Amino acid sequence: MPKHDTPLLDQLESGPWPSFVSDLKRMAKKKDECWDILGQLELSYKDKITHWKHGGIVGVFGYGGGIVGRYSDVPDRFPGVAHFHTVRVNQPSSKFYSSKILRQICDLWEKRGSGMTNFHGSTGDLVLLGTTTPQLEPIFYDLTHDIGVDLGGSGGNLRTPSCCVGRARCEWGCYDTQAACHNITMTYQDELHRPAFPYKFKIKFSGCPNDCVASIARSDCSVIGTWKDDIRIDQKAVAGYIKGDFAPNAGAHSGRDWGKFDIQKEVIALCPTGCMKMAGDTLKIDNANCTRCMHCINVMPRALRPGKVQGASILIGAKAPILDGAQFATLIFPFIEMSTENEFPELKAIIEKCWDWWMTEGKNRERIGESIQRVGLPTFLSVMGVEPIPQHVREPRSNPYVFWKDEEVEGGFARTVKEFRIKHNL
Amino acid sequence: MGYDPENPMKDRITDIGPPHFERFFPALVKKNYGKWLYHEILKPGVLKHVSETGDELYTVRIACARLISIELIRDYCDIADKHADGIMRWTTRNNVEFMVDSAAKVEPLLADLKKHGSMPVGGTGAGISNMVHTQGWIHCHTPATDASGVVKAIMDELFDYFTSMTMPAQVRVALACCLNMCGAVHCSDIAVLGVHRKPPMIDQDLISNVCELPLAIAACPLGAVKPAKGINSEGKEVKSVTVNEEKCMFCGNCYTMCPAMPLADPDGDGIAILVGGKISNSRSMPKFSKMVIPFLPNRPPRWPEVVAAVKNIVEVYAKDAKKYERLGEWAERIGWEMFFEKCNIPFSDKCVDDYRLAYNTWRTSTQFKYTSHIK
Repeated sequence: MPKHDTPLLDQLESGPWPSFVSDLKRMAKKKDECWDILGQLELSYKDKITHWKHGGIVGVFGYGGGIVGRYSDVPDRFPGVAHFHTVRVNQPSSKFYSSKILRQICDLWEKRGSGMTNFHGSTGDLVLLGTTTPQLEPIFYDLTHDIGVDLGGSGGNLRTPSCCVGRARCEWGCYDTQAACHNITMTYQDELHRPAFPYKFKIKFSGCPNDCVASIARSDCSVIGTWKDDIRIDQKAVAGYIKGDFAPNAGAHSGRDWGKFDIQKEVIALCPTGCMKMAGDTLKIDNANCTRCMHCINVMPRALRPGKVQGASILIGAKAPILDGAQFATLIFPFIEMSTENEFPELKAIIEKCWDWWMTEGKNRERIGESIQRVGLPTFLSVMGVEPIPQHVREPRSNPYVFWKDEEVEGGFARTVKEFRIKHNL
Repeated sequence: MGYDPENPMKDRITDIGPPHFERFFPALVKKNYGKWLYHEILKPGVLKHVSETGDELYTVRIACARLISIELIRDYCDIADKHADGIMRWTTRNNVEFMVDSAAKVEPLLADLKKHGSMPVGGTGAGISNMVHTQGWIHCHTPATDASGVVKAIMDELFDYFTSMTMPAQVRVALACCLNMCGAVHCSDIAVLGVHRKPPMIDQDLISNVCELPLAIAACPLGAVKPAKGINSEGKEVKSVTVNEEKCMFCGNCYTMCPAMPLADPDGDGIAILVGGKISNSRSMPKFSKMVIPFLPNRPPRWPEVVAAVKNIVEVYAKDAKKYERLGEWAERIGWEMFFEKCNIPFSDKCVDDYRLAYNTWRTSTQFKYTSHIK
């Protein structure tokens, strides 16, 4: 029997897209608190405001984050959600699961939580949605002892890293994104569980510039796979595309008639640097002028492959608008090696250098991207021990407000008006 | 034994991190890790990856509401156990994927997915995949709109684009219920954003007890919050703040820092639409999405104005853009004045940037197109 009437939410049970309302109602048959979730949400639909109280500080001993506390502002009407805390569970790299471990997690959550989840939070965590404070320690105990899974991050710390599917199921992965993600997560467990930073810090790993985990927009440290040598061309397969044996873009556009594949129009003319041409039947790429945008490879995956000398670009400082405006990450290291065997020493050196600087220089609740804006990119490059190169900018500055240091100018800054007046009297 | 509240630090395991990913790789993935040669999209929702070993891996992608019950997860497990050696994965857009090691296993899997009723197949190629979204009224305290309901309403309307591949390029749609923009709203082809339009109220009875006032003051991007004396309901003077209403643009960040400054409002709150963002470096560099509709009302449960606005933009783009052209590339090529004209979206001062680096977004050129905007 429904515990609350939900005439507004009921309207979200129709339509072809999977309905979270129907799913909640199904869960409510086993977990009575799901009726109160629906009841409170219905009230929000009626009142057009949220009914969750501000904030909520809960957690488990030993950690400073991992659980987002939440309390209803109408607990008398919806006692099942009076406490409704969220538990962030650290997901395995690129979110492959066995049914065995998922069933274990479901059983735990049926016993100690609401039965509702988010698969997954935007940062990557497996989110267990809604439980009470007394359940938090038992949940954590069972997660770590019985299932072998830890909490994810929240607060002013390293948040849960995440990665694209990478070499597990993609021909373009220029390094082992899963291995890097796992290794970095394990190396910096302390930084993840015990907030020690001015603000949050995220790391995301994409295998190529298609950036399927959106690292350039959604991580303070963005690790994007790339290569240094020539794009590998299979001329026979190029001919296959031209002949129409293979569908362009792996068939991604097959739902509409776009005409016969035209390599000139669809590949060569769309190359951002114009570094491609057909010489007779042969596709030529002037690799020195290629910016590795992936377009030609995306369109002809059977004919073109990333080069063999692979690694990653490191970009720093992406964030959402609060406070000073949204930022994409800025290119700092054009190419580093990503050695799985050696456990990514270059990347770790970069991460630790960022933290060393930002943990002392960053202001309260200032993302590293904002710290870099405040001190200027040249200062950040020098902190990182990086020589400025043209690749660091989209274009050189146009204003002439240039800082020089005392030691960069002949004779330095120390001088007297008296001496100046010898040559230039008033 | 289990957790003992009398001895909280006893047997405590910490810092074990996530389980190692390889434990959950299908056998074929483990064998062919790093050896993939190419892939094909056989039909909407069905991918084939071919390895240099000759092995073929077939992936079937289905829609997932992201907010899901353990009952549904157990259904996924049943499907995986029956068809895919007990393995499944989630994508970075929160769809579910099942992988099988031969073409013959695809159709039986598809048949069972269809039988289930809420596991629609799609989300591949040049279509519209799942909407990355946030918590909304189901769990968050700062939202200006709901997430799950708006997404359901939009995806019902865009459903045919999820199960087909008829767009000029993939269209990424995202939603955030406030401008903290948890997720991908600042970088999506079409973005749905919860916005407030009224300044915060100040709870003088609470503020000096529950807020670090300097944090609330520092939280304002425009310096609209200043320290001030307030008078509580007993007539006593308390340490408080004032909000300069002319300087406030309703971001809500002071409320994030200070529970005594709520600003949610049934009529003030609603949704803005932004378009033209992208993440990938393919052809053009990554782009931010730009605001084209500053406000649409919150109309639960199906947000008809928002749904109509998104569908309109999708359809005009689909008709007008060239093959491979992302929505932002199209809008920039034709010019934003033509975007507003073709989409029949009214333009207002609200879309003209007036924050910090605003000048860079104004038109410092005589290059423009004559549209109906020029009277």
